[in-house]
Amino acid sequence: MITGRFFAAGADRRIAITIFILLAVAIVVPVLNLAVAPTSAFYIPSYIVALTGKYLCYALLALALDLVWGYCGILSLGHSAFFALGGYAMGMYLMRQIGSRGVYGNPILPDFMVFLNYKELPWFWTGFDHFWFAAIMVLAVPGLLAFIFGWFAFRSRVTGVYLSIITQAMTYALLLAFFRNDMGFGGNNGLTDFKDILGFNVQADATRSALFAASAVMLAFAVFVTWAIVGSKYGKLLMAVRDAESRTRFLGWRAENVKLFAFTVSAVMAGIAGALYVPQVGIINPGEFEPSNSIEVVIWAAVGGRGTIVGPIIGALLVNAGKSWFTGVLPELWLFALGGLFVAVTLLLPKGIIGMWDSWRGNAKALRAASVAEEAGTKVGVAEATSEPTRSPARNPGEWSWSATKPQAAE
Amino acid sequence: MPKTACVRTVSSAVRTPTSTFKGRQKPMNIFHAMGLTLLFLMTTLSSSGAAEADLRAIIAKFATVTDFSETGAVVQELTATGDPSVERPLAALADGNLYVRTADSMVFVGKEGDENVQLFDPLSGEAAGEASEDDISKISVNNTLRRAIRDALGTLTLGSKDPTVRIAAADTMFKTPDAANIGPLDAAIASESVASVKSLLEQARAASILVSDNPDADKLAAIALIGARGDRSAVSLLTSVEANASGAVKEAASAAIANINSTLALWDAGQNIWYGISLGSVLLLAAIGLAITFGVMGVINMAHGEMVMLGAYTTFVVQQVIRTSFPGLFDWSLVIALPLAFLVAAFVGLVIERGVIRFLYGRPLETLLATWGVSLILQQAVRSIFGPTNQEVGNPSWMSGSFDVGQLAITWNRLWILVFALTVFGVLLYVMKRTPWGLQMRAVTANRRMAASMGIRTPWVDALTFALGSGIAGIAGVALSQIDNVSPNLGRGYIIDSFMVVVFGGVGNLWGTLVGAFSLGIVNKVLEPYAGAVLGKIVVLVLIILFIQKRPRGLFALKGRAVEA
Repeated sequence: MITGRFFAAGADRRIAITIFILLAVAIVVPVLNLAVAPTSAFYIPSYIVALTGKYLCYALLALALDLVWGYCGILSLGHSAFFALGGYAMGMYLMRQIGSRGVYGNPILPDFMVFLNYKELPWFWTGFDHFWFAAIMVLAVPGLLAFIFGWFAFRSRVTGVYLSIITQAMTYALLLAFFRNDMGFGGNNGLTDFKDILGFNVQADATRSALFAASAVMLAFAVFVTWAIVGSKYGKLLMAVRDAESRTRFLGWRAENVKLFAFTVSAVMAGIAGALYVPQVGIINPGEFEPSNSIEVVIWAAVGGRGTIVGPIIGALLVNAGKSWFTGVLPELWLFALGGLFVAVTLLLPKGIIGMWDSWRGNAKALRAASVAEEAGTKVGVAEATSEPTRSPARNPGEWSWSATKPQAAE
Repeated sequence: MPKTACVRTVSSAVRTPTSTFKGRQKPMNIFHAMGLTLLFLMTTLSSSGAAEADLRAIIAKFATVTDFSETGAVVQELTATGDPSVERPLAALADGNLYVRTADSMVFVGKEGDENVQLFDPLSGEAAGEASEDDISKISVNNTLRRAIRDALGTLTLGSKDPTVRIAAADTMFKTPDAANIGPLDAAIASESVASVKSLLEQARAASILVSDNPDADKLAAIALIGARGDRSAVSLLTSVEANASGAVKEAASAAIANINSTLALWDAGQNIWYGISLGSVLLLAAIGLAITFGVMGVINMAHGEMVMLGAYTTFVVQQVIRTSFPGLFDWSLVIALPLAFLVAAFVGLVIERGVIRFLYGRPLETLLATWGVSLILQQAVRSIFGPTNQEVGNPSWMSGSFDVGQLAITWNRLWILVFALTVFGVLLYVMKRTPWGLQMRAVTANRRMAASMGIRTPWVDALTFALGSGIAGIAGVALSQIDNVSPNLGRGYIIDSFMVVVFGGVGNLWGTLVGAFSLGIVNKVLEPYAGAVLGKIVVLVLIILFIQKRPRGLFALKGRAVEA
């Protein structure tokens, strides 16, 4: 049914193009990396593959956040926790794959456990030698945490700023917990020194390309899922909760269930992003739980345009490319640039790049329509059109409704 | 100053690994005191001729010793004279600084120089020329001997004129009881005039009786005396007595231990609560500015921690200026830094409000992002100017050190911070409730439009309120610079805790912040001994998360329409 809608003529062109580009990249980049000679102008070096693969994981994380923030109005500052949990689940699988090739050569225990005098594998490590089990955990652990957390939070109507702060507290508590050596997750150093994934060497170019392709495909799939959710009747409910939660509740909808679903799906997406991220960067440590990481994800989504599907992806890619460039060229200035970006985006670009683009195009369209109308001799209020561009309501289901951005009482 | 150097090395050589908190501090005191005695002796040494000749005869025996036991015999002989002036050669011996000149078998205290060893007279301490290392031989000592010398020195210092030295000596003897000490202690008790020192001496005597062969009746009395002392060293002493004794003594000892332990448990709880109150005062200081910007204005100021940091760096700069230009004013540095820190942070806050936040009122989530950006910029600015490393901010003399209340050790800086936090709270409460400005602030909070209609310039009230909140964070920084590392990341550590305090206490309510800060502080510190520092903090965070589920608006929630925005 959803796929039918997707392929129908009415499907959003922008989503289709995004998915197409992502799938094309998933094929073209590995081919250019593996099959083209390094001397060729079209050759893509392996480090670029790894780097962009990492960015795609970030983009997936930003999209996950956008689903709850942009479409449901829940500003979660704890998404790095879901990301890191997914990453740890994958990291535990990769640790078990090392087998006896570790520094201490223990066939069962990972190096850090030997180092910390563990006698046997903790119970929660059982099963992680199977990929399928790890894959289920990648989905289940963040999803379950989000479900339980959201269940409590949304039922007691913790909203807005309070929710942001307690999600931040959640990731902070996890950060502290994972720093402990006796948690059995490698403490400060985290999990690293990976060798194999599914029997392939993680360092090999072919594996890296495959991971890149997997990230791109997964992102494309996530774009599709998000689009499907947002475009459905449930998506309308999401946005209704975002724009006027009390009103939605008074109309008889269970706002908490609506939010809980979005929050859980979003957490699962973040977990997948983390799981794809870990084998590509080769390490997962408690630093990924940092509350500041979560806030950075928010800025990716905000730069690109929250409440749009393409926006967070573009934002994540742009900001991270900028970060790589800045920290290489002017490391001193990166935090100034990032900080300035936070301020500038909230003040000047509240709808992000995509939002700006849309409203600019909307304005241009309105102006064109006005001039055409003028030639025809009809008077149309151009000024009015420029201040509040008209748009067909059904075109982009995720866009902010214009009336809701008016400031409410400070409380 | 050869002597002080020598004493310091003695202290490192003799210090035994002690596990208790109190035990760690005591050896320092002893050796500090010993250093004092030695200095004292150095200046006032004018022994009478006959006694000095005897001493020199004994000291000369060091030249002929061949093994440790002979050295020990000479040490005992020296100690037996009871003359305080034998401390110098004994301390030098313990430190391996006593030499014999091969040519004439004279004994000297030596200090190793660049090439030669400087020699000093063992009794008077006068310089006696130099000698190359080939011409002299060192009198060697082992650890047993060092311990014996230390005990001997402890006995000698009982006769000192300085009460602190006598206290230190009594303490040493209490911890290393020896039946041989009973005699000297009896003499010291008889001549002691200060009551507190006397009781310490009696305790030391009781400890010595317990290891002696005295009848059980004496020992029972001694146990009662030591039990009354009631601290950890009493427990460790009684534990060893319990292990070695039998019958009535053993029973009395175990009863006394149980008694002391139950008292100590109470003191421990008291200590934890004090730590909790202290942590609470820190949290209160960090959070109270936030209570204004977040609680009253509804602005999520993520740059709040950076205001704290700016206050701490202002303190650093003030201290630097004072160090280089007016060293005499150092004790006043914090008092000078307070208004400056307030002004610096308030000015930065004003700029942030006018430049960024005023465009974002009513959109709290966006103020969160914008102020986060501001915090990154401020952090990096400070890092670029001052460097990423920790800066050293000194404690003025009135904030250093500690004092004991029963078994509680209370440090002055923690106590002052508590007083300071409560003062700031009181002043702020007064401003909010009793001044026209506070009235305007509350009016704008309650109903912005109505306040504006009444002629209140709401934008200025906003700006000044934000500046006030930031300024308070700045003076919090002055206080926190005394107990925390002053680095660009200083603020990061406090921001989450501060939000927890404000949210837990109830937004928009200063009393809520007070209660929230102290209850979180105390809960945290009371949990710590059972769960460990990190786990305790996690438990607190989880508890807050659960608490917010139950009372989403905090402990003292504002009631009324404004709540449901």
